[in-house]
Amino acid sequence: MEILISLIKIIVVLLVLLTCVAYLVLVERRVSAFIQNRIGPNRVGYKGLLQPVADVLKLFIKEDIVPKLANKPLHRLAPIISIVVALSTIAVVPFGNTINLFGYEIKLQIASVNIGILYVLALTGLGVYGLAIAGWASNNKYSLLGGLRSSAQVISYELSMGVSIIGVILVAGTLELDKIVEYQYGWKWLILLQPIGFITFFVSVFAETNRLPFDLPEAEPELVGGYHTEYTGLKFGLFFLAEYANMITASAIVVTLYLGGWQFPYLQSFGLSEFWTSLIQVGTFATKVAAVLLFMIIIRWTLPRFRYDQLMDLGWKFMLPLSIANVIVTAFIIYLFE
Amino acid sequence: MTQTKITRTNDLTFWQKLYIPEIIKGMKITIKQMFLPKFTRQYPEERWNPPASFRGRPVLVEENGKERCVACGLCSRVCPALAIEVQASETELSKERYPVRFEINMLRCIFCGLCEEACPEEAIVMSKEYELIFNNQEEAIFGKDKLLISKENLKERLEYLRQYR
Repeated sequence: MEILISLIKIIVVLLVLLTCVAYLVLVERRVSAFIQNRIGPNRVGYKGLLQPVADVLKLFIKEDIVPKLANKPLHRLAPIISIVVALSTIAVVPFGNTINLFGYEIKLQIASVNIGILYVLALTGLGVYGLAIAGWASNNKYSLLGGLRSSAQVISYELSMGVSIIGVILVAGTLELDKIVEYQYGWKWLILLQPIGFITFFVSVFAETNRLPFDLPEAEPELVGGYHTEYTGLKFGLFFLAEYANMITASAIVVTLYLGGWQFPYLQSFGLSEFWTSLIQVGTFATKVAAVLLFMIIIRWTLPRFRYDQLMDLGWKFMLPLSIANVIVTAFIIYLFE
Repeated sequence: MTQTKITRTNDLTFWQKLYIPEIIKGMKITIKQMFLPKFTRQYPEERWNPPASFRGRPVLVEENGKERCVACGLCSRVCPALAIEVQASETELSKERYPVRFEINMLRCIFCGLCEEACPEEAIVMSKEYELIFNNQEEAIFGKDKLLISKENLKERLEYLRQYR
């Protein structure tokens, strides 16, 4: 029975995630259009709601071109690594408390791993292999530059990301993501306790997901398409999917670690039944994730791309010292008060 | 590598160097833009009505069911793209000459408007039509059947020509 419940959870979460990815692309296109005083895609379906379907269909029927001198096994492997990593990170994210369905107490999290955060860090670290291998296997100078840039970027930002997470672990006293959310009961959100850590973590998230101020691996004006220059059809689609799935997972992690996860302040005082409480908590989580995603999209059209050396400067000279200082101060305060 | 010292007219203040207040300022502008009116014209539904000075496809002016053209051939001579072909013949009307065949190859036409300027009779003018569709090269040669447009429909352009030419 346990296995069956897990399987159902996996399928439901994956389906929801993939639908969200498809619609995130549409939302991004519409919001970008609005920011640029345009209307955006509004032809397919009611107000353009079927645009993702059309997009995916188009990618399906495109010809799959592999460059003659590409390293074919690696060229095929790269998008698979990207998508597997992007989709498996969501496994440890708690998107709600327990819910009572048909007499079963179901925990709204696929896997409650006791080293949750480490799992997330390990997988996001793996994700860069997809991009680096794609850049190498394409046998194209632009792709190679994109892949190199993404690996350099991840090395410089993974560090400050990990260090800023240490602050969270120190305060919450656990590595499990669901325990961290439980710690943030009421208004004890970690963004209020760890503002500096939140900023460094959030900036690193932008770098991790290759979002605009740090989207050097695919900088269109300089590198054509970056690591996915030589990818067409569904392989390109997989990279695209992985990128947006990464965005959703990353914002889910941000919400879990700093914005209180599924916690809805004062929800218990409303006196709702347990079932409705759980549903509202899931809704709260979804709303918070959507807000973070919208923020990421708006940031994309606000900030220009960083130059490569500026990126390195920011990562090594500013973010890393700041996050280390944050950890030291946090540790000191905890030592003093306990 | 030699480092060049960058000089600014005024250095950044402490708050500007913090970067985050500046990002928030920038985001305010971005969010404000989202609610401004849109510039998009939803083309097949909303069409553009060009001003009288617009040079669309050249047409022949039709007056009292007949073309004004006297088949002098000036438009054909002046056409830089050699798009116009006129074949003249005699008629009982007071103008004495008329075009038996008047063809404009729309694949060659460059919409320069020289034919209109050269015409002594105000018989060929540029219309407002900008949607030109044809499926093959033969269709692109517009004969008199497609070129003749009655005077009333070209009023705006004719008035414009009288005022500004």
